[in-house]
Amino acid sequence: MSSHYEAPIREPLVLGEKSYHDISVDVGAPVLGKANKSWWIVFTIALIAFLWGLGCIIYTVSTGIGVWGLNKTIGWAWDITNFVWWVGIGHAGTLISAVLLLFRQKWRMAVNRSAEAMTIFAVVQAGLFPIIHMGRPWLAYWVLPLPNQFGSLWVNFNSPLLWDVFAISTYLSISLVFWWTGLLPDFAMIRDRTNSPFQKKIYGILSFGWSGRVKDWQRFEEVSLVLAGLATPLVLSVHTIVSFDFATSVVPGWHSTIYPPYFVAGAIFSGFAMVQTLLIIMRKVSNLEDYITVLHIEYMNKVILLTGGIVTVAYLIEYFIGWYSGIPYENYTYLSFGAATGPYWWAFWALIICNLIVPLTLWVKKWRRNIAWTFFVALIINIGMWFERFDIIVIDLSKDRLTSSWAMFQPTFVDIGTFMGTIGFFFVLFLLYARTFPVIAQAEVKTILKTSGEAFKRLRAEHGDDHSHVQHVEEYPAEAGPAANTEGKHFVNSFGPDEPAEDAVDFVDQDVRQREINQLLAVVGTFDPAVETQDNLQRITGIGPLMEQKLHQVGIFTFDQISRMTAVEYALLKDIISEFPGNGERDDWAGQALMFKNEK
Amino acid sequence: MATTKIHAIYTDDDLLMQAVKQTRAENYYISEVYTPFPVHGLDYAVGLAPTRIAITSFLYGLVGLSVAIWMMNYMMIEDWPQNIGGKPSFTFYQNMPTFIPIMFEMTVFFAGHLMVITFYMRSRLWPFKKAENPDVRTTDDRFLMEVDAENHNVEQLTQFLYNTGASEISLITNEQDH
Repeated sequence: MSSHYEAPIREPLVLGEKSYHDISVDVGAPVLGKANKSWWIVFTIALIAFLWGLGCIIYTVSTGIGVWGLNKTIGWAWDITNFVWWVGIGHAGTLISAVLLLFRQKWRMAVNRSAEAMTIFAVVQAGLFPIIHMGRPWLAYWVLPLPNQFGSLWVNFNSPLLWDVFAISTYLSISLVFWWTGLLPDFAMIRDRTNSPFQKKIYGILSFGWSGRVKDWQRFEEVSLVLAGLATPLVLSVHTIVSFDFATSVVPGWHSTIYPPYFVAGAIFSGFAMVQTLLIIMRKVSNLEDYITVLHIEYMNKVILLTGGIVTVAYLIEYFIGWYSGIPYENYTYLSFGAATGPYWWAFWALIICNLIVPLTLWVKKWRRNIAWTFFVALIINIGMWFERFDIIVIDLSKDRLTSSWAMFQPTFVDIGTFMGTIGFFFVLFLLYARTFPVIAQAEVKTILKTSGEAFKRLRAEHGDDHSHVQHVEEYPAEAGPAANTEGKHFVNSFGPDEPAEDAVDFVDQDVRQREINQLLAVVGTFDPAVETQDNLQRITGIGPLMEQKLHQVGIFTFDQISRMTAVEYALLKDIISEFPGNGERDDWAGQALMFKNEK
Repeated sequence: MATTKIHAIYTDDDLLMQAVKQTRAENYYISEVYTPFPVHGLDYAVGLAPTRIAITSFLYGLVGLSVAIWMMNYMMIEDWPQNIGGKPSFTFYQNMPTFIPIMFEMTVFFAGHLMVITFYMRSRLWPFKKAENPDVRTTDDRFLMEVDAENHNVEQLTQFLYNTGASEISLITNEQDH
């Protein structure tokens, strides 16, 4: 059908020969499988940092804000720096899912779920800081316009700090429902795929009984579109209002009309850097390289380049105005005492190097598509954007109008511990999310498979744009017997039969592999769907959903077959299955299978 | 009253789309379609009216804006006017510029949340709600079309559905009265 046409010059967004079912399997695998060792190591480190931060918060609240390094000149320091840093990071998620939806950018679909999760977790961290800074957090409800015992004393609607309360709580709650609504079909997919009654129950509750009726989908799409339309100005308003916290004050260096656009661009800049940091790791750990491709990373790098450019221009304008306006306060902040040459020169130059110089390397296409370099640049930007907030807050406060009150800021271990604690908390939440949530919006990715999938693009290139895109999904096991289910053959469809062999080497590989499979099946026995039923192989420790799928492709469906495996067969399996972890012998699959077989 | 339905399962969205059009052309009644992802144009092909949920969102937004205006006018102008930093607070009009951010936030808050709640209620989605898709594979890679078989020759209808490319067909007799 020509309605699936997409310009051939566009690179594919889904790699490999994927069917709709493959997408479900790949996205469901991290949830339905077991956590590996590296997950537990990182989780433990994050948990320790979180607990340490929690201790610092309890110490702060029980003793008082005096345990921080604040002094009478510098009354806002790390706390507000961290607040603005986290809010800024929390901008990428909604930007990806809302703005890119309005622009109909298909590449958003692989990254929006995780970016939104990151947004919500980052805003939670951000919200902690003003609450701790209150000193008496149990009175936090005083920021709400509630009738109270002090006559009718209301909150002050003229204050940007109150605007913050409304902006951030609206942003957090709207992001949450946007995220959750998108999650319903994917939770439903997990609910319908799992075999564990506990998971079925939990995901049944989380999916709100999503059934996928055509009317539900119609409303779903409309709701997503309207929420995107609402969230787009919302996301811009949030950081605009955060910048008002500074811009409406009369502190030299803060009182600046450039702040709203400058803060918003900086927020997107840092948010995308954090998305890159998280997704580059996640695509590797969760085997999602076919969905979050180098192309996605390059697209995000382009957004980083654009917003980084805006931030750069803003810095230059501030300096230019410092000189050109002739205003003594501006001159004093930027030139005569100078952020660049004063006592905080190191913080200033850290900002310039991290935010201006290093990201410039992304202009080079080769580096923009280099994953290791991108990861490094993203980390550097995260650091640079923290310094930007530190520079704005601490440098501008450190030299006030009276020379006698000039001061420097010295963080205490509580300042540092609280910040590290929020990073730990953030990663605890994100790691839990990565193990329990479908991390890719699989329902949405399925809608672009036929336009942007690699296999379908090749189909159109070889057979013309009007060639049928209908897939013929075969049931396991295949008609030609289980051994016919070698990888790549399972997805027999219109591009299957006359697909030319790419080169001779592949042919030999196929041949050798087929011989090995036959050898393996000769020992363990073939599966006859007419008289046998397949077992749930995932009950065996060491076999997850992906491994089960691979075993099915080889032709192994029952405990009986696995129970006949010995060291020779494990070695054969290692040859046949790419990325076979070789844990068959260690976990004693045969022994376990024998046990399950005898249960029947 | 017993109702008779036929569930036809398709393995591909293009195939489903074609089948829906053929079935409607033969004047069979399609009572429901379950799909794993939004198939664009399917709602139109099945004959559904466009959704009005965006209109509700607009109305909720107006409510939010009104609430914000009423709240800030009551609290800052009527109940306890104060001179804060010299900002004039003795008429709504004078103080209004500083109210704009919260007017906007409240509009978005009401429009977004109430629309989503409306969506959940209308599509009957809430925690502990039981899923109603008849086949678990319809959230994975299968597309299920439910056709009304009442007053039709089942044999003939089944044959017709096979010819539209259905991979599985089952007859469902329901004893419920709705």
